Amino acid sequence: MVDKKIVLRFPKRLVDRPIVSHLIKDHDLEFTILKASVTQDEEGLMVLELKGKQEEYDKGIAYLKEAGVILESLSQDVTRNEERCTHCGACITVCPVGAFELDMVTRQTSFHDKKCIGCGICIKTCPPRAMELHF
Amino acid sequence: MSKTIEEINQKIKKGEAVIFTAEEIIGVVKEKGLQRAAEEVDVVTTGTFGPMCSSGAYFNIGHSKPRIKLGGGRSYLNDVPAYTGLAAVDLFLGATAMPEDDPRNKVHPGEFNYGGGHVIEELVAGKDIRLEATAYGTDCYPRKKLETWINIKDLNEAVLFNVRNAYQNYNVAANLSNKTIYTYMGMLKPNLGNITYCSAGQLSPLLNDPYYKTIGIGTKIFLGGGVGYVAWQGTQFNPTTARSENGVPKGGAGTLAVIGDLKQMSPRWLVGTSMLGYGPTLTVGIGVPIPILSEEILQYTTVTDDQIIGTIVDYSDAYPNRRNESVGEVTYAQLKSGKVTVQGKKVPTASLSSYPRAVEIANTLKDWIKTGKFELTQPVASLPGVESGVTFKPLNERPIAP
Repeated sequence: MVDKKIVLRFPKRLVDRPIVSHLIKDHDLEFTILKASVTQDEEGLMVLELKGKQEEYDKGIAYLKEAGVILESLSQDVTRNEERCTHCGACITVCPVGAFELDMVTRQTSFHDKKCIGCGICIKTCPPRAMELHF
Repeated sequence: MSKTIEEINQKIKKGEAVIFTAEEIIGVVKEKGLQRAAEEVDVVTTGTFGPMCSSGAYFNIGHSKPRIKLGGGRSYLNDVPAYTGLAAVDLFLGATAMPEDDPRNKVHPGEFNYGGGHVIEELVAGKDIRLEATAYGTDCYPRKKLETWINIKDLNEAVLFNVRNAYQNYNVAANLSNKTIYTYMGMLKPNLGNITYCSAGQLSPLLNDPYYKTIGIGTKIFLGGGVGYVAWQGTQFNPTTARSENGVPKGGAGTLAVIGDLKQMSPRWLVGTSMLGYGPTLTVGIGVPIPILSEEILQYTTVTDDQIIGTIVDYSDAYPNRRNESVGEVTYAQLKSGKVTVQGKKVPTASLSSYPRAVEIANTLKDWIKTGKFELTQPVASLPGVESGVTFKPLNERPIAP
């Protein structure tokens, strides 16, 4: 079983095609839409969490690529700049999914990127601007 | 027992001084007892690293050819306006200044990505900074325009001068309204969704010397990664804030105005900071050594997080409308546990002040003293005490009649 979060970019010509619908129907994947928007340039952006058998997941990904959708793995998208992070702890209560954890002994914060859903709230609320969003 | 700073400095010179951080001293006194520890321990080091808005720096950039008088004109450092109402080539840059075209809160909450604090960080890091100035011109200072790169190495003076730093305790912030608010205490979620605090607690300089018995004007400190001094009481200095039995204030009380040569400081300890929906500022690292001159002074340094009380203030309504209401009191130990119970609800907590960095400062200062690089100074004047008459007054607004 796999449980992955992916970022899908739909070029203009694909924005109104039922691509995600085929993805789910043909490959028996469980999905959660974390984000969906059409940008100013009329391109589609979707963040999906997909769960299912590895085989079906791989076939699904192949289908998306062939259809012309641009894929990125979400866990690469929100990163922490370790040089800038001052371990102040402001992020702890800002994150809606608890992706930041405070070590009770060292009082340092860690960022668990696997929990991250890419909402972006920490990006703007991190005082030294240590959180970076790469889309 | 009683010791003098002179005696302690003699031991420092010989490499024999016994120094502990304000965290370590708790265990030392527990183990040896106050009397024995007071005889053995010479210095306790404290530290804090948090956003401190009333910070800034002044510079002398050197004269151009032909000369220019910046005062009365406009000057910008990387588009951030600097204050020029001083002598010809003296400038002051405040931490919360921002570019004129920064949208501020036009689209709320504003991001405030760049301001005076960021310029100070870049300057200290050795980066070139753009200076763009216009002037009205005089016979002796005829030049009307100057656009040049400047670098901290070339400035005659670059002095960090923070008029209010190292707050002795502070409000604990909460939001009782039903909308998210954006404050200098961070993003506060509705209906007591979260609580934030900003203090180094048991490591904090003035919380370890609550009645200002050792820290005074002229006290030599760790400032921004280098050496600095306490220059004056900080603004809003308030010795009359309510205190616990142990003398520790339950809310914001004393503050320090500090000064030091920016050229020997480091960007690790002066960090440009952005508070969403509020503004840009500077995060400052400060460490103050406390000479153990008596058992009483040592006793104060053993304060622990569970003995320091924070007062919860509602930042959605009570604070903006200047009403002195408390939502409750909690200890810093409770705040640091990650959850506190307020009005029957379990509320998650977060800090804005970095405790790990405060630990690092206290240890760095301990190291400097141990290796003889840093000796203590005798203050030349005291900070205002509880009986001094100094207090924190609100503005007595007297509207100007039409």
